[in-house]
Amino acid sequence: MTDIYRSIVDIVGEEHVSNQKEERYFYGRDPGLTPPHEPDYVVMPKTTEEIQRIVKFANKEKIPIVPKGGGLALTGLVIPQKGGIVIDMKRMGKILEVNEKSRYVIVEGGVTHGMLQNYLKKHHPKLRHSIPDSPAIATVVGNAVIHGQGRLTQQYGFNSDMVSGLEVVLPTGEICRIGSHSISSQHWFSKGAPWPDLSGLFLGWFGTTGIITKLGLRLYPCKKMRDVMVFLTDKIELVPDIILKLTHTEMTEDIVVNEQPLPPRFKGNIYILIIITGDSDEELDFKRKIIWDALWDIFESRDGGFLSVPADMKPPLLEMPSRDVVRFADVRKGGGFEYSGPIIPLEKYPEFIRKQKELVSKYNLSYAATSRVIAGGHCMMYAFAFTFNRADDDEMDRIRKALREAAEFSAEQGGMMWKPTIEEQKIIMKKMDPNTLKIMMKIKELLDPNGIMNPGNWEA
Amino acid sequence: MTDYTKQIHRCFRCGYCKFPSDYSDFNCPSYTRFRFDTYSTSGRLWLIYAWLKGEIEWSEHLAEILYTCTTCKNCVEQCPMKFSSDIVDWIVAARSDMMEKEKGRIPPRVTSFLEDVYRLGNPLKERGRRDAWANGIKRYEPGDEYLFYVGCLGSYDEYGQRMARSVATLLSKAGVSFGILGNEENCCGNEVYLLGENELFGMLVEKNVQKFKELGVKKVVTLSPHAYNTIKNNYPLVSNAYFEVYHYTQLLRGLLRENKIKPSEHNAKVTYHDPCFLGRYNQIYDEPREILQSIPGVELVEMERSRENSFCCGGGSGNFVTDLLGGSEESPSRVRVREAYETGANILAVACPSCMTMLQDAIKVEDLEGKLTVKDISEIMVESL
Repeated sequence: MTDIYRSIVDIVGEEHVSNQKEERYFYGRDPGLTPPHEPDYVVMPKTTEEIQRIVKFANKEKIPIVPKGGGLALTGLVIPQKGGIVIDMKRMGKILEVNEKSRYVIVEGGVTHGMLQNYLKKHHPKLRHSIPDSPAIATVVGNAVIHGQGRLTQQYGFNSDMVSGLEVVLPTGEICRIGSHSISSQHWFSKGAPWPDLSGLFLGWFGTTGIITKLGLRLYPCKKMRDVMVFLTDKIELVPDIILKLTHTEMTEDIVVNEQPLPPRFKGNIYILIIITGDSDEELDFKRKIIWDALWDIFESRDGGFLSVPADMKPPLLEMPSRDVVRFADVRKGGGFEYSGPIIPLEKYPEFIRKQKELVSKYNLSYAATSRVIAGGHCMMYAFAFTFNRADDDEMDRIRKALREAAEFSAEQGGMMWKPTIEEQKIIMKKMDPNTLKIMMKIKELLDPNGIMNPGNWEA
Repeated sequence: MTDYTKQIHRCFRCGYCKFPSDYSDFNCPSYTRFRFDTYSTSGRLWLIYAWLKGEIEWSEHLAEILYTCTTCKNCVEQCPMKFSSDIVDWIVAARSDMMEKEKGRIPPRVTSFLEDVYRLGNPLKERGRRDAWANGIKRYEPGDEYLFYVGCLGSYDEYGQRMARSVATLLSKAGVSFGILGNEENCCGNEVYLLGENELFGMLVEKNVQKFKELGVKKVVTLSPHAYNTIKNNYPLVSNAYFEVYHYTQLLRGLLRENKIKPSEHNAKVTYHDPCFLGRYNQIYDEPREILQSIPGVELVEMERSRENSFCCGGGSGNFVTDLLGGSEESPSRVRVREAYETGANILAVACPSCMTMLQDAIKVEDLEGKLTVKDISEIMVESL
């Protein structure tokens, strides 16, 4: 054990390695409900070369490695199931380049969304990226690796769809360039197309196939103005049609569907947040009118209507990232929430919300149902979200059961669990076409012959 | 404050506590220095909860993590939760609790700090007179309007003494009726309180309050924001003693507005470092800036992180002596002087003797001597007269 420690110290320096109980305790947990498992070492490299040396060493010694960004997936994806080394990526925090003309940025593996947001605002105010609802400490790479979503997901797809190139340290220690910069080191405009898109070997794999040390990300026009409209309905069945009508306008930045029991005035209603952007009042007015017109028949039939949003209510709804999201963890005054978040076809929304209510009643839980429309309405993420008190073991246990039931329901309905827990991964793999699973396992074995990368995940 | 043991599990470890409000950089001094999540506020809260539950045992490393918190309140400012205002109180309460339950097994430098305050009345190991700096400055007498409370650094530290002299000069020039306690002054106890030594803090409060009352003190003006904070906010909770407390910048602004001090041309490009105990603890942001801007020729430029988002120098909670965050280019004081230098300023203005000593040392290590000078606001004002 001491030799391993000294070997890692030789790579990153004593200050950036810990095998002490306190770091092992903290890095062995996340804010969700996955049981803890502690690493043996926590390491904070600064460069790709240091990571390469750590990986080569770990591969030789067959020591598990778990790369960690913000650690906010809530589903235990960076809890080291078999111990080993957790690599905290956040010291790799440089924003390397912004290409204004081709609209992309290249970041190191530990850059946080908060820092990128600030950097663009300051230096490239006409550009923005898709800011997720997770806290600002979430890393750009971590978010891409889990196919995260953000404020531009309704328009442009998952945040991982916006990746424009990768630099990866493979589990055997080689550095691999993915995308346009594989043939021209300075150009990071495409992650694959028009050739085989090899980024798929790393995105969605939760670090089981390599460690992303650099990432190119598409940037988008940053409009001068944003506004929020809130459409309200108590008819669950109408939600898919409302979304269809809204996405048909092609006028919205983001569409988020909320249903929650608190505060009491919210109970029984579905709130559809519609974010619009523009460079002028005229543009915003035009979009408002088009959106109004699109939903006019629902308004006229008295099945829904626009809520008048007071000026002081707008900033929290427009805030990026939204701090309100984490406040959900304090509803039970207990510092926790977790959700099972399947990606589902739009038309399934009513069934999922009914299921959530059933679970809430069965297990006596506090909940919120938040859904985000993805890529113009081809699908949506539905979150079975439950908040808990970390000091209440019984409540946490009930939520575990509810989440398990939600995951089984999602699988039956054909939903694709987003950032699934290991338990959910097993449900998925059990249901998956055997040949699909076979390809997945072959890829994993090919890239990581010694099975050192985030073991426990995507293991059949 | 509600019993921290019943609340501390409420931290979700969302990480907002690590940032300023615009996410421009990390803004938690100990996280910036060490970069393990354990050294952030959420790390501490989770580890304290683990200790309470018996999941981890006391260790020197845990003590180090706990005491590297400078109690700068950036986390209080940034945490989105309803309990945010209690966070630092929880950490202080846990320190106090651990000190008792773990039989004083705290970092040796913290032990030494507390012992020195107990034995010598200051944490600086000074045995000499507290008034050696105060040549010609009169003692406080009943009837004087203000007691000028100088504090430990003002009494003994070379830079602190310089500050104390320039504040006294300005007060004298403006005709303010004031006096000092001289050798009868004692440590204010702000750091002792934050380090969790409640008993010693109680003793200091009792001693100081007794002295103030004996002399009929009604108004206190402090050199240090630390003393300002504790006499104003903590003393009443312990002793039920209320004094009218001012930081010298508050008084100085009033004197400028009343034309009792008239600065003349003094060309300098200045950036101002907000001390945590003036800013985030007591919302005094404008007074120091107004003073600097009242000097003709002074161009005030802001650092990227200022006011509520100011980056702590790393000296709070006794670290100006214990220096648990020192020894690295990521030490907060070094990060802060680099940030100040980036503004193009030639003077880094401070209003706190702890910040003064931390940043002076950092200037030397960063090799910025001759390029950036740390000066107290009062010194800049005296130079302009």
